[in-house]
Amino acid sequence: MASIAGNCRVLRSNRAVQRIYLDHNATTPLSRAVLERMTAVLSEEFGNPSSVHHFGQRAKAAMDESRSAVATLLGVDPSEVVFTSGGTESDNAAIRGVAEALEPTGRRHLVASSIEHEAVLNTLKGLARRGWRTTLLPLDASGIVAPDALKAALADDTALVSIMHANNEIGTIQPIAELARLARERGAVFHTDAVQSAGKIPVNARALGVDLLSMSAHKLYGPKGVGALWIRRGLRLLPLMSGGKQERNRRAGTENVAGVVGLGVAAHVAREKMADESVRLSALRDRLEAGILGHVPGTAVNGDPTQRVPNTTNISFDRIEAESLLIALDLEGVAVSTGSACSSGTLEPSHVLKAMGLSAHRTQNSIRFSLGAANTEAEIDHVVSVMPRIVDKLRSLTRVG
Amino acid sequence: MRIIVAMSGGVDSSVAAALLAEQGHEVIGLSMQLYDQRGDQAFGSCCTLDDLHDARRVATALGFPHYIVNFEEQFRSTVIDNFVTEYASGRTPIPCAHCNSDLKFATLLDRARGLGAEHVATGHYARVMGDGEGRWLLKRSADREKDQSYFLFSLTQEQLAGAMFPVGDLCKTDVRAHARRLGLSVAEKPDSHEICFVPDGDYASFVATRSPEVARGGAVVDEGGNTLGSHGGVHRFTIGQRKGLGVASSPIPLYVLAIDADSGDVTVGPRASLERTTLSASSVNWIAVEPPADWLAVSAQIRHRHRAAPARVRAMPGARAELVFDEPQTAVTPGQAVVFYDGDVVVGGGWIE
Repeated sequence: MASIAGNCRVLRSNRAVQRIYLDHNATTPLSRAVLERMTAVLSEEFGNPSSVHHFGQRAKAAMDESRSAVATLLGVDPSEVVFTSGGTESDNAAIRGVAEALEPTGRRHLVASSIEHEAVLNTLKGLARRGWRTTLLPLDASGIVAPDALKAALADDTALVSIMHANNEIGTIQPIAELARLARERGAVFHTDAVQSAGKIPVNARALGVDLLSMSAHKLYGPKGVGALWIRRGLRLLPLMSGGKQERNRRAGTENVAGVVGLGVAAHVAREKMADESVRLSALRDRLEAGILGHVPGTAVNGDPTQRVPNTTNISFDRIEAESLLIALDLEGVAVSTGSACSSGTLEPSHVLKAMGLSAHRTQNSIRFSLGAANTEAEIDHVVSVMPRIVDKLRSLTRVG
Repeated sequence: MRIIVAMSGGVDSSVAAALLAEQGHEVIGLSMQLYDQRGDQAFGSCCTLDDLHDARRVATALGFPHYIVNFEEQFRSTVIDNFVTEYASGRTPIPCAHCNSDLKFATLLDRARGLGAEHVATGHYARVMGDGEGRWLLKRSADREKDQSYFLFSLTQEQLAGAMFPVGDLCKTDVRAHARRLGLSVAEKPDSHEICFVPDGDYASFVATRSPEVARGGAVVDEGGNTLGSHGGVHRFTIGQRKGLGVASSPIPLYVLAIDADSGDVTVGPRASLERTTLSASSVNWIAVEPPADWLAVSAQIRHRHRAAPARVRAMPGARAELVFDEPQTAVTPGQAVVFYDGDVVVGGGWIE
């Protein structure tokens, strides 16, 4: 091509706005420790972990170290951890893997909550097209799955139950231990998507009593494109991909060594900092929430006020379109998020808020603030200070139909 | 000043944005997602993901923010539904004109104000200017060949006050030259011609899918009411159409003269019968003048590609107007716009009944 953006003269740089990142549930920046270790691996430890020689051994050792760090974070054994390309692959591998492994037994029923990530919901949809029966569990108004609802949904042929540990939009934490116990009583396998909880709150897979657990590196200051699936020892599932014998035959393909190492460092750092960081973040989050609720009329928090991860709050703004508020905040340098984004990046009504029984308007006027390591009190105060003006401006022009 | 630029991903709106940025304005690009992009419901190539990607690339290269806003619901209710209903009722709609006034300028101006901007710029070939006495005027573009003022006739004074058409003073060749000068990736991107949501041009299938009852068909009749053949739905016809009439053979070329959606009759006849000297218009928007009670001499354009012809027009009650051409015009088509000009200035316009 003759012309590319690189030739283009930048006419005008953006106004020098102070950028405040409050979208850590979407992704997090790489931590310095992760970056340094990954850089070293990328530049020096290029070996293929499957190779017998020195180079292969070094790569293999780096992977092993990572596996141990992830296992420690999740309270499991390293040999039960399988590295994947991220949360979506982990969810797919868990659900498809179990569904297909149990297919000959006649267990053809799958259960999930209605606020799962698309990785779970669309995997279920795909299996439903191929003959599996699926049930999506309702939620109460605070976004929690009632154990009775699961009890009622479980059947003799239920193969698998998949319920997320913490929700990405509202941060609500599900009573996984109790739900997993109910599933186990009926002989069903239990998977939890812990992408939004691992690294934020203690996640002990054995204590939760689950069989499978998904996590992702880039939500805890690790790189994108890598994650893990914990598979309880002895659980049989069919692999997604056919190929080599990597990851003990559970995930074929030459390993993303640098990514895996990044995940390991991120898991290690997250575990070390978790106690302090969760106290700090929940204080900041509460300050933000109180500030907005106190200064902007017509606001309300969505989700359970106590059973939630420390960094997240989801707030509805009456008589506002979330899309406009999101853009207005970005122009002020404040990066937040809402609902689920579709392929072009535009916004759709939140399926999570819809499932909680909120009004159609409220599913489209809610903003998620998700805090992280670099956020300071001064940043939070700045956001609270600009909020009333931005919201007033938008409200003064909204033609409510 | 802060200006919202509606960016389609094409060269015109890209250059519009670039010129404003170059003049020192704080540009914010918005691209409208007009229909479901996730696959099976996608209509085609307008503002496809590739176009949105092109718009974003231009914004990134020029260093201003760009957002994609979701207008699926409004596009469906204000543009697509109208398009289908019009065809199903035997009329020939112009969705672009509805999109401009009912969607782009209506909604984007509101959005713009919410974001602290008083103006919305687009890549349209047209000009807007004050008349010095508090009235906003819409004019044809400098490039007469590309002029799009016909599609903008229904902009209100408030919408014109907020509208900017940065390429309206330029020729298309200049626009491409600017794009090359700025190194924009879209400099050589071809112009789009078709109606954006029917990129294959097959309106009949598009309408039939969304309004199945339209395909019940009817008779092709002559001016005397004699049946000459049958057809597969009134949505397949437009006034002046010559091909696909389903009439076996005729000594003279036949044209569609009238479409009656209620009876299903499509009347055909010789070219001479296509000529009309009068028409009436509804939802008339007067831009340059107050609604004239007395006959006003104008040039009237009845299609995008029609050469405006001398006529007189006067306002009628209920936002209507009646118009008399000096010379008969062929194919006055209900559903199309009639736009009244005084030289390059848009006096007003309405929908042909």
